[in-house]
Amino acid sequence: MDGIHDMGGMHGFGKVEPEENEPVFHAAWEGRCLALNRAMGAIGAWTIDEGRAGIEQLPPDVYLSSSYYGKWALRLQNMVIARGLAGADELAAGHALHAAKPLKRKLAAADVPRTLTRGSFGRPAPAPARFGAGDRVRARNMHPATHTRLPRYARGHVGVIEAVRGCHVFPDSTAVGAGEDPQWLYAVVFDGRELFGETADPTLKVSIEAFEPYLETPEP
Amino acid sequence: MGQDHEHDSDGHHHGSELSEMQLRVRALETVLTEKGYIDPAALDLMIEAYETKIGPHNGARVVAKAWSDPVFKHALIADATKAVQSLGLISRVGDHLIAVENTPGLHNMIVCTLCSCYPWEVLGLPPVWYKSAPYRSRAVNDPRGVLSDFGVALAADMQIRVWDSTAETRFIVLPMRPAGTEGWSEDKLATLVTRDCMIGTGLPKLAHEVA
Repeated sequence: MDGIHDMGGMHGFGKVEPEENEPVFHAAWEGRCLALNRAMGAIGAWTIDEGRAGIEQLPPDVYLSSSYYGKWALRLQNMVIARGLAGADELAAGHALHAAKPLKRKLAAADVPRTLTRGSFGRPAPAPARFGAGDRVRARNMHPATHTRLPRYARGHVGVIEAVRGCHVFPDSTAVGAGEDPQWLYAVVFDGRELFGETADPTLKVSIEAFEPYLETPEP
Repeated sequence: MGQDHEHDSDGHHHGSELSEMQLRVRALETVLTEKGYIDPAALDLMIEAYETKIGPHNGARVVAKAWSDPVFKHALIADATKAVQSLGLISRVGDHLIAVENTPGLHNMIVCTLCSCYPWEVLGLPPVWYKSAPYRSRAVNDPRGVLSDFGVALAADMQIRVWDSTAETRFIVLPMRPAGTEGWSEDKLATLVTRDCMIGTGLPKLAHEVA
């Protein structure tokens, strides 16, 4: 999705403003919001990529004007409604009004340590890797309207495979509920000038983690 | 924490978003709890873990160990998940953690331009600036400008490598060990290691700053 979330290389957002002695949460609701989102993910209400797509689908003005956990709260609200886990009427009332939808499991306190570890996304390879370290590749000029992890600034540009990461769950597929469709994942490194033109910093190299369907062999 | 979900410690940002979000999140928690999907006690435990157990102090231990133990450093670069797991700081380290090493000629920097991917287990939750539009937009095309926002200036001929975390691989920067720290214990070395130097937007503290 060519959305506002795909920010790499954009201009106009101003300076980075580090905060001295930043607290883990700036308000108690931020922690509740984080934990609620993680809990719903942990019980299998949606995959991590469906969750990311949920953030990206917020309207651009809302995306830019909401705080980080504010976006998480809006996403959670939209997703529980879209999946029939709770009704808009219930969220407005602040109480359950209808029967719950059966879920595979509930997140109990005993499950918490498991939720604190990032999931494992490596999968057995359905086919050999098409590319190897050192290969030149072009990031495809592709613009799916749904979730993808190929940033716009890399599309159409030629880089070099630096590492083969193994075969991983393919976000473009899981995000639309089409299954894991595992794909080979590569570290692809680009020269700064290839991405951003002649005036780019000559000392700069940028790498992305690119799934095989994002890549093609460039013309010689 | 505990059973009081009214949360009057609102931190420092005020205004309409705060009360609106407080109400929105409270409604979500109440409804999802009443539906039986979640247990508020589980949320309490998660928040407690992020506030007390999971944080950059874990990453600092990893870096200090790598500075003092060449065998560990080699293992860390080869497979950071396995190497960090072996330290026993964290109950289970997520797959595909990758350590990238700064050298006299190369400076590494980590970003997630698409969202906020970050090595939670070793660095904790990302700071606000890491998730902000200015960082996510400029890290890839103006890393020296970003570094100057942090008060960091690199030599003009220093090669810069920016790692965009666009998949479930996660990165931690292994900074260079500061001069004048020969013979320091791992505990003391860890005091030099800032969160930002493990993201690549900072450098470790100098020996005289902690001595």
